[in-house]
Amino acid sequence: MSFPWAQVYAPKNPVMQWVDERLPLPRFIYNAVGAGYPVPRNLNYFWNFGSLAGAALMIQIVTGIILAMNYYASTDGAFNSVEHIMRNVEAGWFIRYAHMNGASFFFIVVYIHMFRGLYFGSYKAPREMIWLLGVVIFLLMMATGFMGYVLPWGQMSYWGAQVITGFFSAIPVVGEPMRQWLLGGFAPDQAALGRFFSLHYLLPFVIAGVIILHVWALHIPGSSNPTGVHIKAQSDTVPFHPYYTAKDAFGLGVFLIIFVAVTFFAPNLLGHPDNYIPANPLSTPAHIVPEWYYWPFYAILRAFTVDFGIPFSGFVIIPAKLMGVLAMFGSILLLFFLPWLDSSPVRSGNYRPLFKKFFWFGLIPCILILGVCGVMPAEEPFVMLSQIAAAYYFAHFLIILPIISKIEKPLPLPNSITEAVTGKPLEMPQTAAA
Amino acid sequence: MIRIFALLIGLFFSGMLLLSFAIGAYTAATETVAETAEHKFHKHAKAVSFAHDGPFGKFDRAQLQRGLKVYKEVCAACHSLNQVAFRNFAEIGYNEDEVKAIAKGWPAETPSVDPETGEASSRPAIAADKIPSPFLNEVAARAANNNALPPDLSLMAKARHNGPAYIYSLLTGYQNQPAALLKKFPDSKTGEGLYYNPYFANLNIAMAPPLNDGQVTFDDGSPNSKAAMAKDVAAFLTWTAEPKMEQRKSAGWAALIFLLIFTGLAFMSYKAIWADKKH
Repeated sequence: MSFPWAQVYAPKNPVMQWVDERLPLPRFIYNAVGAGYPVPRNLNYFWNFGSLAGAALMIQIVTGIILAMNYYASTDGAFNSVEHIMRNVEAGWFIRYAHMNGASFFFIVVYIHMFRGLYFGSYKAPREMIWLLGVVIFLLMMATGFMGYVLPWGQMSYWGAQVITGFFSAIPVVGEPMRQWLLGGFAPDQAALGRFFSLHYLLPFVIAGVIILHVWALHIPGSSNPTGVHIKAQSDTVPFHPYYTAKDAFGLGVFLIIFVAVTFFAPNLLGHPDNYIPANPLSTPAHIVPEWYYWPFYAILRAFTVDFGIPFSGFVIIPAKLMGVLAMFGSILLLFFLPWLDSSPVRSGNYRPLFKKFFWFGLIPCILILGVCGVMPAEEPFVMLSQIAAAYYFAHFLIILPIISKIEKPLPLPNSITEAVTGKPLEMPQTAAA
Repeated sequence: MIRIFALLIGLFFSGMLLLSFAIGAYTAATETVAETAEHKFHKHAKAVSFAHDGPFGKFDRAQLQRGLKVYKEVCAACHSLNQVAFRNFAEIGYNEDEVKAIAKGWPAETPSVDPETGEASSRPAIAADKIPSPFLNEVAARAANNNALPPDLSLMAKARHNGPAYIYSLLTGYQNQPAALLKKFPDSKTGEGLYYNPYFANLNIAMAPPLNDGQVTFDDGSPNSKAAMAKDVAAFLTWTAEPKMEQRKSAGWAALIFLLIFTGLAFMSYKAIWADKKH
């Protein structure tokens, strides 16, 4: 679907006409990210992060392909091959540091993209499918990031793989055989490393495929906006090109400045020193921690310390470890149900006084607390803090959100985007009704 | 229906977490966690500054050469440096002949195979060789070191938090075990063949204090106190861990300047394009 006032692709150049008649690829691009795609005029800078996530994925794919040319997926060669890239491959240190930090920056922009969606209600009808595909992308990213971290075969690679694949052994009966089947052995070894490398190369292209669906689904209703009010007339919109291509170029520049500053001047800031020690299955690091982007989920995993069972009988129905694993996956899977948990017809958090309070004073602090607790050793007070924060996290999405969307009295919405921007009511063109 | 399920799941997870919290809080209130000697007496690395610190920092070549000498005459007796080749020493200011001479005169030889008999043997190193390990294998290294394994030092400056300062602190941090520690934790007496060092994670390190004042004589007469040598070798190991640091920083400035110009132009065109649109 597009809006009736969307500009129509009419190439003047005969070559482009010739191509367009035979393969309408130029038309497709024009309607996707060109002047043929009308976009709300009032988007704020939070709407830059979708295109930034795409740029981050491209950085990862390009640097990753070059790394794979020099990387050697073997338990006794992987660590040294990474050092070979760092020392002997021309500009290898740059490619490797860019890939390493690129993963972190991909997660940074995707997290901001997701919180923009959460706050401005971008997951609500008619955009549920965009949100669902986004959650799929996020899950694929987490799997890809985890497997990539294993590849240098340092201490944290090895022990991270040991811990994460250990989740499966929490499943009763089939868990342990399943873990061994996935790893191809009793512990991470050559079989697992080979699989992880293969999948780490494959999944980014799966992500790219799902992104195409994500953007396709976006173009059906068109972009949301900070007021959450539907587009009503041409004056509510601007063509994507040149308006948002220019804004996205500026956003990309700011993103790259921060990315370059970290990559070139503090390349190991976001990593763990233990990963510069070669993997040693006989020596467990004092604190096994995943990469920073998993910290909140790692904290949820470890927050469950009590078995669920019949009190005082010693009969356990769900052991604490299994509950932790279920809750950790549940904390992401619940996002799939978000469009139906939040039934408020108002999209934007700006017009939802109650939602806004719970979002800024409940959800955001709790996720930050979980992040801090995830990197800290499992000691007090961090375990207790993570238990409170995790309890709020689940309550926020599963209990509070459904309730406040029923009882909340939203603020009056502007009648149109044009009115919200210019302060003047929208003049509906006479022809629009026809 | 979804909302009823969600409510039940939410109550279950949140309830179990609050129960875990209550039990944890009760335990924390009624039981005191035993303190450990590591907790009480471990020290963070000393503050120390190097020429290569900061976004404009460059290696001090003379210091790296001194550090190499300390490594060669002291550390290399036990610690390998297996990511570094002799040819890399050209980067710290040696010419081709000097590099060849360093390789030829290195205390350990490069493992080789006798061309006549095929038996394992060794030969003097050449510039293209990696620095040979002092021990043939891990078993030999442990046998010579009271069953402790001296780690490879190539990446040590990146494999510890605040690596260069950690190396400096560890080398200069040996001391007698404090009386207060023994009084509080009588079971934590430093064991046989171990040495007390508050900068080491578990306080007791198997490495004997390696440096003494005046141990290495520098050709240029630079100070050779224990602290000066520790600093030199910490700088040298920063270079072995991050040999491309200078290229990285200068490329970083070039990239930043380019991006600042690009972003400035992008901002101006963004503002120009949107000039007539209120938003």
